[in-house]
Amino acid sequence: MVSIKATCDGSLSSINFQIAAITFAEKWKKFNSDLPEWLWIDCSNRLGFAAHGVRDGYLSVQNVFFQIQRSLKEDYGECSSLNDYEEPFDIATLTTGDDGYWYDFHVVYSSSYSVPVLYFRARSSDGQPLNKDEIEKNLPTGSAKVLTDSKWTFITQEEHPYLNRPWYMLHPCGTSEWMKLILAGENPAIENRNEQYLISWFSVVGQVFGLKLPFEMLKSVG
Amino acid sequence: MERGVKEAQQYVWDGAIPLQIHLHDSEVTTLPPPSPALILAPRIGYLPLLSSQLKPFFSEALPPGVDTIWFEYKGLPLKWYIPTGVLFDLLCAEPERPWNLTVHFRGYPGNILIPCDGEDSVKWSYINSLKEAAYIIHGSSKNVMNMSHPDQVELWRSVMNGKLETYNRISSKLKLGIIEDEFSGKPNPSPSKGQHGVDETEATAAVKASRIPVRLYLWTINEDFDDLEEAPHFDSWDQISYINRPVEFNTEGKYFTLLDAVKSVLPEFYPDSSNRTNAESTNEERIEPEKESHPVIKLLRIQGIEPKMEIPFSWVVNNLMNPDYFLHICLYIKARKTIGT
Repeated sequence: MVSIKATCDGSLSSINFQIAAITFAEKWKKFNSDLPEWLWIDCSNRLGFAAHGVRDGYLSVQNVFFQIQRSLKEDYGECSSLNDYEEPFDIATLTTGDDGYWYDFHVVYSSSYSVPVLYFRARSSDGQPLNKDEIEKNLPTGSAKVLTDSKWTFITQEEHPYLNRPWYMLHPCGTSEWMKLILAGENPAIENRNEQYLISWFSVVGQVFGLKLPFEMLKSVG
Repeated sequence: MERGVKEAQQYVWDGAIPLQIHLHDSEVTTLPPPSPALILAPRIGYLPLLSSQLKPFFSEALPPGVDTIWFEYKGLPLKWYIPTGVLFDLLCAEPERPWNLTVHFRGYPGNILIPCDGEDSVKWSYINSLKEAAYIIHGSSKNVMNMSHPDQVELWRSVMNGKLETYNRISSKLKLGIIEDEFSGKPNPSPSKGQHGVDETEATAAVKASRIPVRLYLWTINEDFDDLEEAPHFDSWDQISYINRPVEFNTEGKYFTLLDAVKSVLPEFYPDSSNRTNAESTNEERIEPEKESHPVIKLLRIQGIEPKMEIPFSWVVNNLMNPDYFLHICLYIKARKTIGT
């Protein structure tokens, strides 16, 4: 079967991505009521003609808020997600409701690399878009290092394939390699392998931003 | 036979668009305003690479500040990472000679165009596309990533300066030879899985399906026009759909035409299409009167040519692809919108 082969080489077919995406969104909503919902944005008719039996689209979550924690020393900045983040040492923090960044994330399928790709954009509370340096500066310290050290991915600015606007993305050229490693120990014949693919994938890319999947969601795919 | 391929490729590399470039009014600070620059832009090149030729024409007229070049055609900012020839084929239904463009050095529309900081950005975009093409063809971009730095520089320079011989010498090391093509007399130099040292017969036998990098720029229209001159012009990129999907090419002796390839990347329009011999349906489409729901290809252009749809796809790819190993296709399709959409 095509899908078994797909998970073994670290890739995912377009159809399986769509199936997995819908399930992912449902589970996220079920286990993660704190954060905004993922929505499947259907683009099947974007060519201006009612597509026959073809589904095309992407996953979208808007307005995920990341609060900045600033110390009384102005030159120190960290970013944390709403889930959890431990300050390594005890310093007085000054936070206001406005002190944070708003992110939109889209999960878009790449036909070239046969993998999902994370697109994102960020803005400050006054609506000003963040540039790449500002985004990298505000990532959780661990992930910023992972990005600069690793050959698995990097942040780049490219045109969003559906929206015709510049967005940032985590480059997909290394995805199938690290997905192959992640799925190496897994049984390829399990029923929900597509779901498992997407959840495993997100548990890695989400870490770049400090987004963790709830334990129940990870448990649900074994 | 070899000569046939070289000729076609040389034609493509020699192709150029005559441009007449005007400095935008808002940036003219001298009286009289500078005359437009007339230059020949290589089809396979990219607009920002013309910057060094253009600046001397306009630098005196510019207001003080930092220059960031960008171009527009009739109000539409041009995507700089699309090859010049493709932009022309797509946006000028009726070819305009010279093509009148407006150049800006200020006010870069960063909400529409991704940033371009000069030659380096264009080079990066080119190498990135090449990596993507390699991944599509081989399942891995390693051979591009492992290019020596001097090779990478020389390859890029050969594209910038239109040096086909240098380009062929270096790019052949990447072993991105795509399809067995008996029509160009050009043998497939490598198995499509990029395995070095694999026995040749074994490799050819194993190669039954390939993925071909294709980028399709599609304009769906629902009005009819007989004359390309009457084609409405674009005021937004939202009117054009960008389809970046590889063609799944099955080489098992079947006659796979250009039309077959186009249909296979547009399942939205051609839901029943698959890799099959399509000689019959090709005739069908041309002879039968247009059905209401039947999409009709109004225009298909590759490298400024409007090829016959029955041409073998392998020939089209081997002869008309860009230096990034992508085949860029501009397409106007007329399709009736369904009621209620």
